[in-house]
Amino acid sequence: MQALIDWFTALLADNTIFNAQTLGYYGSGLVTTVQLVFLSLVIGLVMAVPLAIGRSSRRRWISLPIFLYTYVFRGTPLLIQLYLIYYGVVFFEGIQETWLWVFLEDPFVPALIAFTLNTAAYTTEIFRGAIKATPRGEIEAARAYGMSQRLMMRRIILPSAFRRALPAYGNEVIFMLHASAIASVVTIMDLTGAARFIYARYYAPFDAFLFVAAIYLCVTFAILYLFRYLEKRMLAHLKPVEQ
Amino acid sequence: MAATPLPLEVRNIKKRFGDTEVLKGLSLQARQGDVITLIGASGSGKSTFLRCMNLLEQPNEGDLLVHGEEIRFKQTKHGREPADWNQVVRMRAKLSMVFQSFNLWAHMTLLENVIEAPVHVLGKSRKEATDHARSLLDRVGLADRADYYPAQMSGGQQQRGAIARALAMDPEVMLFDEPTSALDPELVGDVLKVMRDLADEGRTMIVVTHEMAFARDVSTQVMYLHQGVVEEAGPPDDVLGNPRSERLRQFLAPKH
Repeated sequence: MQALIDWFTALLADNTIFNAQTLGYYGSGLVTTVQLVFLSLVIGLVMAVPLAIGRSSRRRWISLPIFLYTYVFRGTPLLIQLYLIYYGVVFFEGIQETWLWVFLEDPFVPALIAFTLNTAAYTTEIFRGAIKATPRGEIEAARAYGMSQRLMMRRIILPSAFRRALPAYGNEVIFMLHASAIASVVTIMDLTGAARFIYARYYAPFDAFLFVAAIYLCVTFAILYLFRYLEKRMLAHLKPVEQ
Repeated sequence: MAATPLPLEVRNIKKRFGDTEVLKGLSLQARQGDVITLIGASGSGKSTFLRCMNLLEQPNEGDLLVHGEEIRFKQTKHGREPADWNQVVRMRAKLSMVFQSFNLWAHMTLLENVIEAPVHVLGKSRKEATDHARSLLDRVGLADRADYYPAQMSGGQQQRGAIARALAMDPEVMLFDEPTSALDPELVGDVLKVMRDLADEGRTMIVVTHEMAFARDVSTQVMYLHQGVVEEAGPPDDVLGNPRSERLRQFLAPKH
Protein backbone atom coordinates (compact mmCIF):
# COMPACT_ATOMS: atom_id res chain seq x y z
CA MET A 1 0.00 0.00 0.00
CA GLN A 2 2.77 2.39 0.96
CA ALA A 3 4.57 1.47 -2.25
CA LEU A 4 1.45 2.36 -4.23
CA ILE A 5 1.19 5.75 -2.54
CA ASP A 6 4.89 6.41 -3.18
CA TRP A 7 4.48 5.47 -6.81
CA PHE A 8 1.50 7.76 -7.11
CA THR A 9 3.24 10.68 -5.42
CA ALA A 10 6.23 10.23 -7.72
CA LEU A 11 3.94 10.16 -10.73
CA LEU A 12 2.34 13.45 -9.71
CA ALA A 13 5.56 15.11 -8.61
CA ASP A 14 6.24 16.65 -12.02
CA ASN A 15 2.95 18.39 -12.47
CA THR A 16 1.48 21.25 -10.57
CA ILE A 17 -2.20 20.62 -11.21
CA PHE A 18 -2.97 17.06 -10.21
CA ASN A 19 -1.95 16.91 -6.56
CA ALA A 20 -3.75 15.23 -3.69
CA GLN A 21 -5.83 18.35 -3.04
CA THR A 22 -7.18 18.82 -6.57
CA LEU A 23 -7.86 15.10 -6.90
CA GLY A 24 -9.83 15.46 -3.69
CA TYR A 25 -11.93 18.18 -5.36
CA TYR A 26 -12.60 15.90 -8.30
CA GLY A 27 -13.47 13.09 -5.92
CA SER A 28 -16.02 15.06 -3.93
CA GLY A 29 -17.29 16.57 -7.19
CA LEU A 30 -17.94 13.06 -8.49
CA VAL A 31 -19.84 12.21 -5.30
CA THR A 32 -21.98 15.36 -5.64
CA THR A 33 -22.70 14.67 -9.32
CA VAL A 34 -23.67 11.07 -8.66
CA GLN A 35 -25.89 12.07 -5.72
CA LEU A 36 -27.61 14.79 -7.71
CA VAL A 37 -28.18 12.64 -10.79
CA PHE A 38 -29.15 9.51 -8.90
CA LEU A 39 -31.63 11.27 -6.61
CA SER A 40 -33.26 13.24 -9.42
CA LEU A 41 -33.53 10.11 -11.57
CA VAL A 42 -35.08 8.02 -8.81
CA ILE A 43 -37.60 10.68 -7.76
CA GLY A 44 -38.30 11.52 -11.41
CA LEU A 45 -38.92 7.86 -12.20
CA VAL A 46 -41.33 7.47 -9.29
CA MET A 47 -43.20 10.59 -10.45
CA ALA A 48 -43.19 9.56 -14.11
CA VAL A 49 -45.09 6.28 -13.70
CA PRO A 50 -48.40 7.76 -12.45
CA LEU A 51 -47.92 10.80 -14.70
CA ALA A 52 -47.52 8.57 -17.76
CA ILE A 53 -50.66 6.62 -16.84
CA GLY A 54 -52.52 9.91 -16.44
CA ARG A 55 -51.07 11.25 -19.67
CA SER A 56 -52.45 8.15 -21.48
CA SER A 57 -55.90 8.70 -20.00
CA ARG A 58 -58.78 9.43 -22.31
CA ARG A 59 -60.12 11.98 -19.85
CA ARG A 60 -58.81 15.34 -20.96
CA TRP A 61 -58.95 16.97 -17.55
CA ILE A 62 -56.35 14.41 -16.44
CA SER A 63 -54.17 14.21 -19.53
CA LEU A 64 -54.15 17.90 -20.47
CA PRO A 65 -52.48 19.33 -17.33
CA ILE A 66 -49.84 16.59 -17.53
CA PHE A 67 -49.26 17.41 -21.18
CA LEU A 68 -48.82 21.08 -20.29
CA TYR A 69 -46.30 20.15 -17.60
CA THR A 70 -44.23 17.95 -19.92
CA TYR A 71 -44.52 20.53 -22.71
CA VAL A 72 -43.18 23.34 -20.53
CA PHE A 73 -40.30 21.30 -19.11
CA ARG A 74 -39.33 19.79 -22.44
CA GLY A 75 -39.87 23.08 -24.24
CA THR A 76 -37.49 25.22 -22.18
CA PRO A 77 -33.75 24.79 -21.56
CA LEU A 78 -32.81 23.04 -18.35
CA LEU A 79 -30.42 25.91 -17.57
CA ILE A 80 -33.32 28.38 -17.62
CA GLN A 81 -35.39 26.08 -15.41
CA LEU A 82 -32.49 25.91 -12.97
CA TYR A 83 -32.11 29.72 -12.93
CA LEU A 84 -35.84 30.21 -12.44
CA ILE A 85 -35.99 27.81 -9.51
CA TYR A 86 -32.68 28.86 -7.94
CA TYR A 87 -33.15 32.62 -8.25
CA GLY A 88 -36.93 32.61 -8.45
CA VAL A 89 -37.81 31.17 -5.07
CA VAL A 90 -36.47 34.14 -3.14
CA PHE A 91 -39.09 36.35 -4.77
CA PHE A 92 -41.75 34.58 -2.78
CA GLU A 93 -42.34 37.07 0.01
CA GLY A 94 -41.15 35.80 3.37
CA ILE A 95 -39.90 32.40 2.21
CA GLN A 96 -36.69 32.96 4.16
CA GLU A 97 -38.73 32.82 7.37
CA THR A 98 -40.43 29.50 6.66
CA TRP A 99 -39.06 26.01 7.30
CA LEU A 100 -38.67 25.57 3.53
CA TRP A 101 -35.68 27.89 3.59
CA VAL A 102 -33.68 25.32 5.54
CA PHE A 103 -33.69 23.27 2.32
CA LEU A 104 -33.71 26.02 -0.27
CA GLU A 105 -30.71 27.82 1.20
CA ASP A 106 -28.43 25.10 -0.07
CA PRO A 107 -28.09 25.29 -3.90
CA PHE A 108 -28.24 21.48 -4.03
CA VAL A 109 -31.99 21.44 -3.35
CA PRO A 110 -33.12 23.90 -6.07
CA ALA A 111 -30.86 22.04 -8.51
CA LEU A 112 -32.36 18.74 -7.42
CA ILE A 113 -35.88 20.13 -7.90
CA ALA A 114 -35.07 21.47 -11.38
CA PHE A 115 -33.40 18.23 -12.49
CA THR A 116 -36.15 16.06 -11.04
CA LEU A 117 -38.95 18.02 -12.71
CA ASN A 118 -37.03 17.97 -15.98
CA THR A 119 -36.25 14.26 -16.04
CA ALA A 120 -39.75 13.39 -14.83
CA ALA A 121 -41.18 15.28 -17.83
CA TYR A 122 -38.99 13.42 -20.34
CA THR A 123 -39.52 10.07 -18.63
CA THR A 124 -43.29 10.62 -18.60
CA GLU A 125 -43.24 11.05 -22.37
CA ILE A 126 -40.98 8.00 -22.85
CA PHE A 127 -43.37 5.85 -20.79
CA ARG A 128 -46.45 7.29 -22.44
CA GLY A 129 -45.08 6.29 -25.84
CA ALA A 130 -44.33 2.81 -24.53
CA ILE A 131 -47.80 2.46 -22.98
CA LYS A 132 -49.42 3.58 -26.22
CA ALA A 133 -47.40 1.01 -28.14
CA THR A 134 -48.81 -1.92 -26.15
CA PRO A 135 -50.11 -4.38 -28.76
CA ARG A 136 -53.91 -4.05 -29.00
CA GLY A 137 -54.34 -7.80 -29.07
CA GLU A 138 -52.64 -8.22 -25.70
CA ILE A 139 -54.96 -5.64 -24.14
CA GLU A 140 -57.94 -7.35 -25.72
CA ALA A 141 -56.83 -10.70 -24.34
CA ALA A 142 -56.49 -9.17 -20.87
CA ARG A 143 -60.04 -7.80 -21.10
CA ALA A 144 -61.38 -11.06 -22.47
CA TYR A 145 -59.86 -12.93 -19.52
CA GLY A 146 -61.75 -10.83 -17.02
CA MET A 147 -59.04 -8.41 -15.94
CA SER A 148 -60.16 -5.11 -14.48
CA GLN A 149 -58.60 -1.91 -15.81
CA ARG A 150 -56.35 -1.66 -12.77
CA LEU A 151 -55.19 -5.28 -12.88
CA MET A 152 -54.51 -5.03 -16.60
CA MET A 153 -52.40 -1.90 -16.04
CA ARG A 154 -50.41 -3.61 -13.30
CA ARG A 155 -49.93 -7.03 -14.87
CA ILE A 156 -49.92 -6.46 -18.63
CA ILE A 157 -49.52 -2.86 -19.78
CA LEU A 158 -46.85 -1.54 -17.38
CA PRO A 159 -44.54 -4.59 -17.39
CA SER A 160 -44.69 -4.65 -21.16
CA ALA A 161 -44.23 -0.87 -21.47
CA PHE A 162 -41.27 -0.71 -19.05
CA ARG A 163 -39.41 -3.23 -21.13
CA ARG A 164 -40.10 -1.33 -24.33
CA ALA A 165 -39.03 1.93 -22.66
CA LEU A 166 -35.73 0.60 -21.36
CA PRO A 167 -33.41 1.59 -24.25
CA ALA A 168 -34.89 5.10 -24.47
CA TYR A 169 -34.70 5.47 -20.69
CA GLY A 170 -31.04 4.49 -20.73
CA ASN A 171 -30.45 7.44 -23.05
CA GLU A 172 -32.32 9.71 -20.66
CA VAL A 173 -30.06 8.61 -17.77
CA ILE A 174 -26.92 9.45 -19.77
CA PHE A 175 -28.48 12.72 -20.85
CA MET A 176 -29.18 13.64 -17.21
CA LEU A 177 -25.61 12.82 -16.20
CA HIS A 178 -24.29 15.23 -18.80
CA ALA A 179 -26.97 17.84 -18.17
CA SER A 180 -25.97 17.86 -14.51
CA ALA A 181 -22.80 19.72 -15.56
CA ILE A 182 -24.83 22.93 -15.51
CA ALA A 183 -25.36 22.55 -11.75
CA SER A 184 -21.98 24.24 -11.40
CA VAL A 185 -23.44 27.59 -12.53
CA VAL A 186 -25.39 27.84 -9.27
CA THR A 187 -22.20 27.32 -7.21
CA ILE A 188 -22.57 23.56 -6.74
CA MET A 189 -19.18 21.85 -6.63
CA ASP A 190 -20.06 18.93 -8.82
CA LEU A 191 -17.56 17.39 -11.26
CA THR A 192 -17.73 20.32 -13.63
CA GLY A 193 -17.67 22.73 -10.70
CA ALA A 194 -14.45 21.11 -9.49
CA ALA A 195 -12.94 21.38 -12.96
CA ARG A 196 -13.89 25.06 -13.18
CA PHE A 197 -12.36 25.70 -9.79
CA ILE A 198 -9.09 24.01 -10.71
CA TYR A 199 -9.01 25.82 -14.05
CA ALA A 200 -9.42 29.12 -12.21
CA ARG A 201 -6.82 28.25 -9.60
CA TYR A 202 -4.08 27.03 -11.98
CA TYR A 203 -5.19 28.63 -15.25
CA ALA A 204 -4.91 25.27 -16.98
CA PRO A 205 -8.27 24.83 -18.76
CA PHE A 206 -7.20 22.04 -21.08
CA ASP A 207 -5.86 19.72 -18.37
CA ALA A 208 -8.69 20.46 -15.93
CA PHE A 209 -11.53 19.87 -18.39
CA LEU A 210 -9.87 16.98 -20.24
CA PHE A 211 -9.56 15.11 -16.96
CA VAL A 212 -13.18 15.76 -16.03
CA ALA A 213 -14.28 14.63 -19.49
CA ALA A 214 -12.49 11.35 -18.85
CA ILE A 215 -14.40 10.90 -15.58
CA TYR A 216 -17.75 11.54 -17.33
CA LEU A 217 -16.76 8.95 -19.93
CA CYS A 218 -16.09 6.39 -17.21
CA VAL A 219 -19.44 7.01 -15.50
CA THR A 220 -21.21 6.83 -18.87
CA PHE A 221 -19.51 3.53 -19.53
CA ALA A 222 -20.84 2.17 -16.23
CA ILE A 223 -24.38 3.33 -17.12
CA LEU A 224 -24.16 1.79 -20.58
CA TYR A 225 -23.01 -1.47 -19.07
CA LEU A 226 -25.82 -1.46 -16.50
CA PHE A 227 -28.45 -0.90 -19.16
CA ARG A 228 -26.98 -3.50 -21.44
CA TYR A 229 -27.27 -5.97 -18.58
CA LEU A 230 -30.86 -4.90 -17.84
CA GLU A 231 -31.85 -5.14 -21.50
CA LYS A 232 -30.34 -8.57 -21.77
CA ARG A 233 -32.46 -9.73 -18.85
CA MET A 234 -35.68 -7.79 -19.40
CA LEU A 235 -35.86 -8.02 -23.17
CA ALA A 236 -35.13 -11.75 -23.29
CA HIS A 237 -38.67 -12.31 -24.55
CA LEU A 238 -37.90 -10.56 -27.84
CA LYS A 239 -34.85 -12.61 -28.69
CA PRO A 240 -35.16 -15.69 -30.86
CA VAL A 241 -34.24 -18.85 -29.00
CA GLU A 242 -30.65 -20.02 -29.44
CA GLN A 243 -30.39 -22.85 -31.87
CA MET B 1 -88.27 -24.82 -17.88
CA ALA B 2 -85.04 -26.75 -17.96
CA ALA B 3 -83.47 -27.29 -14.57
CA THR B 4 -79.94 -26.29 -15.55
CA PRO B 5 -79.51 -22.89 -17.14
CA LEU B 6 -77.90 -22.60 -20.56
CA PRO B 7 -74.16 -21.83 -20.50
CA LEU B 8 -74.70 -18.98 -22.94
CA GLU B 9 -77.74 -17.40 -24.50
CA VAL B 10 -77.83 -14.30 -26.68
CA ARG B 11 -81.06 -12.72 -27.86
CA ASN B 12 -81.58 -10.33 -30.69
CA ILE B 13 -78.13 -8.71 -30.76
CA LYS B 14 -77.90 -5.56 -32.87
CA LYS B 15 -74.68 -3.68 -33.50
CA ARG B 16 -74.02 -0.51 -35.44
CA PHE B 17 -70.71 1.06 -36.41
CA GLY B 18 -71.66 4.63 -37.23
CA ASP B 19 -74.56 4.40 -39.66
CA THR B 20 -73.80 0.87 -40.77
CA GLU B 21 -75.77 -1.83 -39.05
CA VAL B 22 -73.47 -4.85 -39.01
CA LEU B 23 -75.57 -7.16 -36.83
CA LYS B 24 -79.29 -7.07 -37.46
CA GLY B 25 -80.75 -9.00 -34.58
CA LEU B 26 -78.83 -12.24 -34.01
CA SER B 27 -79.71 -14.87 -31.44
CA LEU B 28 -77.98 -18.01 -30.30
CA GLN B 29 -78.46 -20.64 -27.63
CA ALA B 30 -75.54 -22.78 -26.55
CA ARG B 31 -76.46 -25.87 -24.55
CA GLN B 32 -73.92 -27.81 -22.55
CA GLY B 33 -71.61 -29.63 -24.99
CA ASP B 34 -72.75 -27.75 -28.08
CA VAL B 35 -70.20 -26.87 -30.73
CA ILE B 36 -71.65 -24.04 -32.77
CA THR B 37 -69.73 -22.89 -35.82
CA LEU B 38 -70.34 -19.52 -37.38
CA ILE B 39 -69.50 -19.37 -41.07
CA GLY B 40 -69.85 -16.67 -43.69
CA ALA B 41 -67.88 -14.40 -45.99
CA SER B 42 -65.69 -11.67 -44.54
CA GLY B 43 -67.81 -8.73 -43.50
CA SER B 44 -70.77 -10.96 -42.70
CA GLY B 45 -70.47 -9.98 -39.03
CA LYS B 46 -69.49 -13.35 -37.60
CA SER B 47 -66.43 -12.11 -35.71
CA THR B 48 -68.30 -9.05 -34.44
CA PHE B 49 -71.10 -11.34 -33.25
CA LEU B 50 -68.58 -13.47 -31.35
CA ARG B 51 -66.95 -10.38 -29.84
CA CYS B 52 -70.34 -9.14 -28.66
CA MET B 53 -70.72 -12.35 -26.64
CA ASN B 54 -67.96 -11.37 -24.20
CA LEU B 55 -68.57 -7.66 -24.68
CA LEU B 56 -65.29 -6.85 -26.41
CA GLU B 57 -67.79 -5.03 -28.62
CA GLN B 58 -70.79 -3.38 -26.99
CA PRO B 59 -74.00 -4.42 -28.72
CA ASN B 60 -76.44 -1.54 -29.26
CA GLU B 61 -79.40 -3.79 -28.51
CA GLY B 62 -80.04 -7.29 -27.29
CA ASP B 63 -79.72 -9.47 -24.20
CA LEU B 64 -76.90 -11.63 -22.99
CA LEU B 65 -77.27 -14.42 -20.44
CA VAL B 66 -74.30 -16.32 -19.06
CA HIS B 67 -75.31 -19.40 -17.11
CA GLY B 68 -78.76 -17.90 -16.66
CA GLU B 69 -77.47 -14.60 -15.32
CA GLU B 70 -78.55 -11.65 -17.39
CA ILE B 71 -76.02 -8.90 -18.07
CA ARG B 72 -77.43 -5.54 -17.07
CA PHE B 73 -76.97 -2.54 -19.36
CA LYS B 74 -77.52 1.17 -18.96
CA GLN B 75 -77.74 4.04 -21.41
CA THR B 76 -74.98 6.64 -21.22
CA LYS B 77 -74.17 9.56 -23.45
CA HIS B 78 -71.61 7.34 -25.21
CA GLY B 79 -74.27 4.74 -25.97
CA ARG B 80 -75.26 1.56 -24.21
CA GLU B 81 -72.80 0.26 -21.64
CA PRO B 82 -72.85 -2.51 -19.06
CA ALA B 83 -74.33 -1.22 -15.82
CA ASP B 84 -71.92 -3.16 -13.63
CA TRP B 85 -68.39 -3.79 -14.87
CA ASN B 86 -67.77 -6.21 -12.02
CA GLN B 87 -70.51 -8.36 -13.46
CA VAL B 88 -68.82 -8.20 -16.87
CA VAL B 89 -65.47 -9.17 -15.37
CA ARG B 90 -67.13 -12.14 -13.65
CA MET B 91 -68.90 -13.13 -16.85
CA ARG B 92 -65.76 -12.88 -18.99
CA ALA B 93 -63.94 -15.20 -16.62
CA LYS B 94 -66.50 -17.88 -17.58
CA LEU B 95 -66.08 -17.39 -21.32
CA SER B 96 -62.54 -17.70 -22.49
CA MET B 97 -61.54 -16.59 -25.92
CA VAL B 98 -59.00 -17.81 -28.44
CA PHE B 99 -57.97 -15.15 -30.95
CA GLN B 100 -57.00 -15.22 -34.58
CA SER B 101 -53.61 -13.64 -33.80
CA PHE B 102 -53.09 -15.66 -30.55
CA ASN B 103 -52.56 -12.52 -28.42
CA LEU B 104 -50.36 -14.24 -25.88
CA TRP B 105 -48.73 -11.72 -23.53
CA ALA B 106 -45.30 -11.25 -25.08
CA HIS B 107 -43.37 -10.40 -21.93
CA MET B 108 -44.38 -13.61 -20.14
CA THR B 109 -43.28 -17.17 -20.73
CA LEU B 110 -45.88 -19.64 -21.95
CA LEU B 111 -46.37 -21.03 -18.44
CA GLU B 112 -46.79 -17.52 -17.01
CA ASN B 113 -49.32 -16.78 -19.73
CA VAL B 114 -51.37 -19.83 -18.76
CA ILE B 115 -51.39 -19.18 -14.99
CA GLU B 116 -51.83 -15.39 -15.24
CA ALA B 117 -55.63 -15.16 -15.26
CA PRO B 118 -56.28 -18.15 -12.94
CA VAL B 119 -53.99 -16.59 -10.31
CA HIS B 120 -54.88 -12.92 -10.68
CA VAL B 121 -58.49 -13.07 -11.84
CA LEU B 122 -59.80 -16.28 -10.27
CA GLY B 123 -57.57 -16.02 -7.20
CA LYS B 124 -56.16 -19.56 -7.41
CA SER B 125 -52.91 -20.34 -5.63
CA ARG B 126 -49.80 -20.20 -7.80
CA LYS B 127 -48.96 -23.80 -6.98
CA GLU B 128 -52.37 -25.13 -7.94
CA ALA B 129 -52.46 -23.02 -11.11
CA THR B 130 -48.97 -24.13 -12.13
CA ASP B 131 -49.80 -27.82 -11.69
CA HIS B 132 -52.97 -27.40 -13.73
CA ALA B 133 -51.11 -25.38 -16.37
CA ARG B 134 -48.44 -28.04 -16.78
CA SER B 135 -51.01 -30.75 -17.36
CA LEU B 136 -52.81 -28.52 -19.90
CA LEU B 137 -49.57 -27.76 -21.74
CA ASP B 138 -48.89 -31.47 -21.81
CA ARG B 139 -52.34 -32.01 -23.36
CA VAL B 140 -51.73 -29.55 -26.17
CA GLY B 141 -48.27 -31.01 -26.76
CA LEU B 142 -46.23 -28.11 -25.39
CA ALA B 143 -44.87 -29.52 -22.12
CA ASP B 144 -41.31 -28.78 -23.25
CA ARG B 145 -42.14 -25.20 -24.24
CA ALA B 146 -43.37 -23.99 -20.81
CA ASP B 147 -40.44 -21.61 -20.32
CA TYR B 148 -40.36 -20.23 -23.86
CA TYR B 149 -41.55 -16.76 -24.70
CA PRO B 150 -44.28 -16.42 -27.36
CA ALA B 151 -41.83 -14.89 -29.86
CA GLN B 152 -39.73 -18.03 -29.62
CA MET B 153 -42.55 -20.34 -30.76
CA SER B 154 -44.20 -21.02 -34.10
CA GLY B 155 -47.71 -19.76 -34.79
CA GLY B 156 -49.20 -23.20 -34.29
CA GLN B 157 -47.45 -23.59 -30.95
CA GLN B 158 -48.58 -20.13 -29.87
CA GLN B 159 -52.17 -20.94 -30.77
CA ARG B 160 -52.10 -24.25 -28.90
CA GLY B 161 -50.59 -22.33 -25.98
CA ALA B 162 -53.44 -19.84 -26.24
CA ILE B 163 -55.91 -22.74 -26.09
CA ALA B 164 -54.17 -23.99 -22.93
CA ARG B 165 -54.52 -20.48 -21.51
CA ALA B 166 -58.23 -20.56 -22.31
CA LEU B 167 -58.68 -24.00 -20.74
CA ALA B 168 -56.91 -22.91 -17.56
CA MET B 169 -59.94 -20.75 -16.74
CA ASP B 170 -62.22 -23.83 -16.60
CA PRO B 171 -64.58 -21.91 -18.87
CA GLU B 172 -68.29 -22.57 -19.32
CA VAL B 173 -67.97 -21.70 -22.98
CA MET B 174 -64.94 -21.30 -25.21
CA LEU B 175 -65.06 -18.69 -27.96
CA PHE B 176 -62.78 -19.21 -30.97
CA ASP B 177 -62.28 -16.29 -33.34
CA GLU B 178 -60.87 -17.75 -36.59
CA PRO B 179 -58.22 -19.68 -34.65
CA THR B 180 -56.47 -21.10 -37.70
CA SER B 181 -56.70 -18.18 -40.12
CA ALA B 182 -53.29 -16.72 -39.26
CA LEU B 183 -51.46 -20.04 -39.43
CA ASP B 184 -49.35 -21.61 -42.14
CA PRO B 185 -51.28 -24.46 -43.76
CA GLU B 186 -49.03 -27.16 -42.30
CA LEU B 187 -49.65 -25.88 -38.76
CA VAL B 188 -53.45 -25.79 -39.00
CA GLY B 189 -53.82 -29.53 -38.43
CA ASP B 190 -52.29 -29.55 -34.93
CA VAL B 191 -54.58 -26.77 -33.74
CA LEU B 192 -57.69 -28.37 -35.25
CA LYS B 193 -56.80 -31.67 -33.64
CA VAL B 194 -56.68 -30.04 -30.21
CA MET B 195 -60.05 -28.42 -30.91
CA ARG B 196 -61.57 -31.72 -32.01
CA ASP B 197 -60.40 -33.32 -28.76
CA LEU B 198 -62.03 -30.53 -26.80
CA ALA B 199 -65.30 -31.04 -28.67
CA ASP B 200 -65.12 -34.78 -28.03
CA GLU B 201 -64.79 -34.27 -24.29
CA GLY B 202 -67.98 -32.24 -24.29
CA ARG B 203 -66.72 -28.66 -24.12
CA THR B 204 -69.20 -26.01 -25.11
CA MET B 205 -67.62 -24.11 -27.98
CA ILE B 206 -68.56 -21.32 -30.34
CA VAL B 207 -66.22 -21.22 -33.31
CA VAL B 208 -65.89 -18.67 -36.07
CA THR B 209 -64.04 -20.49 -38.81
CA HIS B 210 -63.35 -20.96 -42.49
CA GLU B 211 -62.49 -24.63 -41.96
CA MET B 212 -65.52 -26.32 -43.54
CA ALA B 213 -64.26 -29.82 -42.72
CA PHE B 214 -64.13 -28.88 -39.05
CA ALA B 215 -67.61 -27.35 -39.22
CA ARG B 216 -68.98 -30.49 -40.92
CA ASP B 217 -67.34 -33.09 -38.69
CA VAL B 218 -67.32 -31.49 -35.26
CA SER B 219 -70.12 -29.01 -34.86
CA THR B 220 -73.57 -29.72 -33.51
CA GLN B 221 -74.93 -26.63 -35.18
CA VAL B 222 -73.80 -24.45 -38.07
CA MET B 223 -74.93 -20.86 -38.55
CA TYR B 224 -74.39 -19.18 -41.89
CA LEU B 225 -74.26 -15.39 -41.59
CA HIS B 226 -74.73 -12.95 -44.41
CA GLN B 227 -74.68 -9.17 -43.92
CA GLY B 228 -75.50 -9.38 -40.25
CA VAL B 229 -78.39 -11.85 -40.57
CA VAL B 230 -78.51 -15.60 -39.93
CA GLU B 231 -79.33 -16.90 -43.37
CA GLU B 232 -79.34 -20.57 -42.51
CA ALA B 233 -78.84 -22.49 -39.30
CA GLY B 234 -79.14 -26.09 -38.20
CA PRO B 235 -77.25 -29.36 -37.96
CA PRO B 236 -74.20 -29.46 -40.25
CA ASP B 237 -75.63 -32.18 -42.43
CA ASP B 238 -78.60 -29.99 -43.33
CA VAL B 239 -76.85 -26.64 -43.66
CA LEU B 240 -73.65 -27.80 -45.33
CA GLY B 241 -74.98 -30.97 -47.02
CA ASN B 242 -78.17 -29.53 -48.34
CA PRO B 243 -78.01 -25.73 -48.50
CA ARG B 244 -81.34 -24.09 -49.30
CA SER B 245 -80.15 -20.68 -50.45
CA GLU B 246 -78.24 -19.96 -53.63
CA ARG B 247 -75.85 -17.73 -51.68
CA LEU B 248 -74.79 -20.48 -49.29
CA ARG B 249 -74.40 -22.89 -52.22
CA GLN B 250 -72.02 -20.42 -53.84
CA PHE B 251 -70.21 -19.84 -50.56
CA LEU B 252 -69.66 -23.59 -50.16
CA ALA B 253 -68.71 -24.19 -53.79
CA PRO B 254 -65.04 -25.17 -54.12
CA LYS B 255 -62.87 -22.22 -55.07
CA HIS B 256 -59.82 -22.32 -57.23
